[in-house]
Amino acid sequence: MLAVNFLLLGAALFAIGVYGVIARRNAVMVLMSIELILNAVSLNLVAFSLMTGAVDGQVFALYVIAIAAAEVGVGLAMVLMIYRNRKTIALDELSEMKG
Amino acid sequence: METLTDQNWLLSVGTFLPLVGVLVMLFIPRSEEATHKIVGIVTAGATLAVGVVTMFAFDYGQSAKLQFFVDAEWIPVINSNYTIGLDGISLPLYFLSMAVTFLVMIYTWDNMPDAGNPKAFYMLMLVLQTGMAGTFIAQDLILFFVFFEVVLLPMYFMIGVWGGEQRKYASLKFFLYTMFGSAFMLVAFLALFFQTGGDSFSFAHLIEMGAGIDKDVQIWIFAGMFLGFAVKVPMFPFHTWLPDAHTQAPTQGSVILAAILLKLGTYGFVRIAIPMLPEGAKAWAPAIGILAVIGIIYGALGCLAQTDMKRLIAFSSVAHMGFVMLGISTLTEFGINAALFGMVAHGLITGMLFFVAGSVKHRYHTLEIKRLSGMLVQAPRLGWIMGFAAMASLGLPGLAGFWGEFPAILAAYSPGFGLSTALFRTLMVISAIGTVLAAGYLLWLFQRTAFGEPSEEFSGHGGGHAGGGVAHSLSSAANDDDDHDEIHDVTIIEWIAWTPFLIAIVVFGVYPQLMFKVMDPAVTEMVRRLGETLG
Amino acid sequence: MFGAEVLELSSGWFLENAWLTGLIPVLGFAVILFFGKKLPMKGAEVGLASMAASLVVAVGAAVQWMQRTNSAESSGEEAVSLVQAFGRSLPGVAEGAEAEPFITPVATTWVWWQNSGLEFGIGSSVDGLAVLILALVAFIALLVMVFSVDYVRDDRRYTHFFAAITLFAGGMLIMVMAENMVQIILGWEIMGLTSFMLIGHWWEEEANSRAALKAFFTVRVGDVGLLVGTAIIFFGANQWAVDNLDSNGFNIAAIQAWALSGEANTQLLLWGAVALFIACIGKSGQFPLHTWLPDAMAGPTPVSSLLHSSTMVVAGVFLVARIYPVFWEAFNIGTGGLSFIAIIGAITIVIAALLAFVQDDIKKVLAYSTVSQLGYMMLGLGTGAWLPAVFHIFTHAFFKCALFLCAGSVSHSGSHHSFDMKKDMGGLRKKMPVTFAAWCVSTLALTGVFPFAGFWSKDEIIDNVGNNGYTFLMWVGLFGAALTAMYMTRATYLTFFGEPRGAAAGDHGHDDHHLAHAEEHELAHAGVARSLSAGANVKSGVEGSASDEPHGGHGGSAADDGDAHQDGPHESGKLILIPIVILAFFAIFAGFANPTPLASRFGEGVELIKKYVEPRSTPVVAEEFLASGPGESIVLVDGVAYAPSVSPAAEGGEAGAEKSGCGFTAPEAGTVCFFPGVSHAEPTFAKILLSLAVVAVGYALAIGFCVLFYGRRDPRLVGLTERNKALRGGFLFLKNKYYLDHLYENVIVHAVAHPIAKTAYWINQHVLDATVDGVGTSTRRAGEWVYDNIDQKLVDGAVNGSGWAASEAGHAMQPTQSGKVSQYGALLFGAATVGAIVLVLVNVS
Repeated sequence: MLAVNFLLLGAALFAIGVYGVIARRNAVMVLMSIELILNAVSLNLVAFSLMTGAVDGQVFALYVIAIAAAEVGVGLAMVLMIYRNRKTIALDELSEMKG
Repeated sequence: METLTDQNWLLSVGTFLPLVGVLVMLFIPRSEEATHKIVGIVTAGATLAVGVVTMFAFDYGQSAKLQFFVDAEWIPVINSNYTIGLDGISLPLYFLSMAVTFLVMIYTWDNMPDAGNPKAFYMLMLVLQTGMAGTFIAQDLILFFVFFEVVLLPMYFMIGVWGGEQRKYASLKFFLYTMFGSAFMLVAFLALFFQTGGDSFSFAHLIEMGAGIDKDVQIWIFAGMFLGFAVKVPMFPFHTWLPDAHTQAPTQGSVILAAILLKLGTYGFVRIAIPMLPEGAKAWAPAIGILAVIGIIYGALGCLAQTDMKRLIAFSSVAHMGFVMLGISTLTEFGINAALFGMVAHGLITGMLFFVAGSVKHRYHTLEIKRLSGMLVQAPRLGWIMGFAAMASLGLPGLAGFWGEFPAILAAYSPGFGLSTALFRTLMVISAIGTVLAAGYLLWLFQRTAFGEPSEEFSGHGGGHAGGGVAHSLSSAANDDDDHDEIHDVTIIEWIAWTPFLIAIVVFGVYPQLMFKVMDPAVTEMVRRLGETLG
Repeated sequence: MFGAEVLELSSGWFLENAWLTGLIPVLGFAVILFFGKKLPMKGAEVGLASMAASLVVAVGAAVQWMQRTNSAESSGEEAVSLVQAFGRSLPGVAEGAEAEPFITPVATTWVWWQNSGLEFGIGSSVDGLAVLILALVAFIALLVMVFSVDYVRDDRRYTHFFAAITLFAGGMLIMVMAENMVQIILGWEIMGLTSFMLIGHWWEEEANSRAALKAFFTVRVGDVGLLVGTAIIFFGANQWAVDNLDSNGFNIAAIQAWALSGEANTQLLLWGAVALFIACIGKSGQFPLHTWLPDAMAGPTPVSSLLHSSTMVVAGVFLVARIYPVFWEAFNIGTGGLSFIAIIGAITIVIAALLAFVQDDIKKVLAYSTVSQLGYMMLGLGTGAWLPAVFHIFTHAFFKCALFLCAGSVSHSGSHHSFDMKKDMGGLRKKMPVTFAAWCVSTLALTGVFPFAGFWSKDEIIDNVGNNGYTFLMWVGLFGAALTAMYMTRATYLTFFGEPRGAAAGDHGHDDHHLAHAEEHELAHAGVARSLSAGANVKSGVEGSASDEPHGGHGGSAADDGDAHQDGPHESGKLILIPIVILAFFAIFAGFANPTPLASRFGEGVELIKKYVEPRSTPVVAEEFLASGPGESIVLVDGVAYAPSVSPAAEGGEAGAEKSGCGFTAPEAGTVCFFPGVSHAEPTFAKILLSLAVVAVGYALAIGFCVLFYGRRDPRLVGLTERNKALRGGFLFLKNKYYLDHLYENVIVHAVAHPIAKTAYWINQHVLDATVDGVGTSTRRAGEWVYDNIDQKLVDGAVNGSGWAASEAGHAMQPTQSGKVSQYGALLFGAATVGAIVLVLVNVS
């Protein structure tokens, strides 16, 4: 039962994260929302690990944390560069990726 | 199949030596253009020397057998080996690929296309050379496929970077069209591999086992290969990439394309599709024959409608490759010998015509037939060479083209293995009419461009024409080396690059036995094997 | 197995090395091409030397061939008695005499190419026919070259001219000595190529290059037949040849033997023969493919002369003669079948002769005359008169070459490079006496007047045609002979008699006001004409029927203006006259090589051509005959077995009752035939008189016509219309007390010559020629249409369409690529949600 609560928390965090990614204009906020999503995933992995008794999930969660750190580093650097060039970090004003 | 393994290092060296040149050129700065040219030419020359050694080492008494045979483990996971060897069918083409690349490189010495960058250009040509030579020696389907595809990329870049105004369109079309065919071909290869039990990709194995496949399956597998090879040949109606590619390609690209690349397709038919799938070949032969003859007539009609010289020559390729395919479709010794001879002859002759077209473009800056006139007055030697190549191309006996055409027409009279004689005899007559059309468009081209007085537009540039009237233009133009003249006669470099072509056209025309002797035993052996299956 | 005796035949160096005749000119061509300009005579000397060397070899071979033939007679008593017993026998018809043995050709071959394990050769296979034509071609070509040295001097492409003409002769020689069909194709096409080069020699003018193109193209159309025919014959004969003669289906001896073996498929033979004959129609300018020949006059005169006498156009006739058994069997010539060949030949004789009446260009008159004479040869071959036809090739070469060279001489020295008889010639006989004499001799020879060369050959053809049962065709031949006499008379008059006109009068500015001059001259010479008309062979044919064809004959003349010309006409130089005189000599005496009518008085021996050239129709034991297939470097056939016991003469009962032997019945097993037993007509005095009378009538009509013509041109009548003049001319005839019937004949001839010939020419120009042009144009149009609509729109459209579809699909999806991160995120998660839902649904159910 305990695990279910962890999963529910993970789902809530994930939903909040998704909302943040889609709705927020501020790039830093979006990055933080992505962190939330990743954390939600990590939490789920740990929870499943607890349920099955296998250690894989926890190892993977560690990986995710490490990757997340790197990702945030790169992400913030990009945000910084965007800010330098454009004096804004509002995402809806950026459309360089337009195909 | 018996094989000879003496001196079997020769083929690998001959094939991969150009890559050594590429490696060397990688480390030379781009700005040293002359060095690049020298390295390129020396490498190609060394490769050609290896080719000559191969020619001498080849045992002509046993040209039906694979010689210089190597069979080494390559990709064990899929049972694909590095199997190479050379027999009478592949020797002429193998050597031709080396000679043509070398001569094209010499030609490039002072005829670099406008985009410049000899480093990249020479490197691409060397890579191309490896791909072409490799295709002709490969005796393993996967190896063959790899070499077959290696050829694509350099040619794509040659057209796309150094080509004419619509180079992007043409290069893309070339690449996509060929890839489209290759996809089917690969599927067919895999199907064949699994149908024969998935033991080996080696030709010998597949030839032995392929005949046992169920007839309907053979027909389907053959269809896949047909698509792949027919696009490359190109056969009607898969030919539309060819005029664009030829028209847009730089002269060098056109020459190599015409001389070697088109032959990869026909070679594939002779080497792979037909021996491995005898029943499929027999079922497809009438269709191939019909398409080939449509190609002959259609290519000729296309030629008559052209206003651009290079495009006309490109269309004539469609017609000539039609004769080659007609020969192959008869499934007889006569036809296949003719096809092989026709491949080499077409390579030499059409290559030569493209050289001439390139030089005309270089001098007149146009290839529009309407604007060209009186080339014999302004550049007599160039004009006569063009006349010579045109005559060879229309199949005049005594020149190489005849020996590709005549036996092919002859063979269509009695096709092998119970193919419909009524159909093939009709095809024979139509293809014979095609020779008339060939004479029509080539002489029409020659008359319009070479004969007559130079047009107003260019008459000021001519060598001996300027003041003295035409009466002594022939003698004076030859001695007139005025550097200011835009329209000059054949240069030294061009002579060096072209003379071997001209000599080969005459020598093979006058004494075709030189080549038939090499090819015939191998072809006879192949047809005999076909006979074992088809009865 | 027949108790065959081996006959030892002599051979010789020249016979075995006859291939040199073909090789030397080809090498000469290469030498001239590459080094010609640096040589003192600009390459002409190489051409002359190579042709002279070929001639030496050819003549040597001819002499040795005669020795070889004689050696057959002297080897063994059997043979001697056999020859003695040989009266005027008709092989195949029993006369109690034994047949002479077949003299095998001397073959020297090398492997040329191989296919499916069979080796095919190249080399020489020399027999009587080959040596005759070899020597003839080399001889004529040499003379033409000598003529050219002076004639084309200072031409802008002097060296190239000699190179091409050397190769041209070489092509013919290669073909003549051919041992197989592929070699014939080789020589045949070399001639096609070089004729293209030579006809288009002055290619700066478009008319010339078009004529060259037309010649090559028309011949090429015929060549389809050659390729197809060779293929048919090859596959028909190959297996038989491999089995019986250890040869192959290209080998000419094997083809001959196969055709006569009785085992050949008749259907196949027929198709093969028709296909091959189509090639001959194209090459030899037979109806309806003769239209290229007059246009081919655009080339320099020596070219026309060589092309029309012994090479090129003769090639078609030669091909028929060479593989005669094929045609013999296919068209049932031996049994009196009305063959395709004979019909075409007969039509050609008349059509071409009529056309010759309306030409103003002297070379075109001669060109049509050649076509007509070739028709005779074909007629002869098509009706079984092999020997006379071959003999006519021989004699015709001399006098036709002489005529062309005379025309060239006239143009060179008399009419300032013009070939227009009406505008620029006339009255040249006094200025150019040698040329005139040679012309007259050759004309007499051409028209078949006794005892000139043409008489012996042409009359033989006509005689044999009648003898073989083709009475109607014989009359066609006689009619043609009369026409020949008439048009040649007209040409002779216009060129050499009357008052000089245009350039012949020294007027070089003829291009501007030639019309006025022509009229003046015509007025002036009317008086002179009357006195001339009394002269022997001096008359004119049809006047006032000017051809409307633009003539390109003097296309390059403008460039030669720098020549050191004397003003006005004068006799040509020695280099031009010597060949003409030599040829004229032969035009008189060549006929005595085979004077059949004299044979009854002086014995068989006088018929040299018959004895040495016509292959004997005796079966040969197959095992003993070494077919000249390649494989070894040289295969010599010098011993041959023949089977006297099966000689056809030994069979059969009454003379002429049952034809048997070669060409009529299949040879017995184990033996092969190489030539059918052609019959020969017995010349009778009546027949000779008949044909001579026909020619005489032709001349007489022309004389009368001439008189009418001059009466019509009487100065008092100037100003009346052409038609009225003609009528008035008729009245003048009456007034002058000419014979009524004479006039009557003239009106008929006039009618024939005018509307019919004009119609024929109109059909020629507007139907046949227009068809050729039309086919060309419409083919081109079809090409354009196919290219525009099918290739570019349909086929290429499909290719482009698939690319377009992919691109459009991409465009449709484009809005989703907004570049907005949040939108991407929404899409991503939306997709993930959908995916998750699908996953759940799938797993639940």
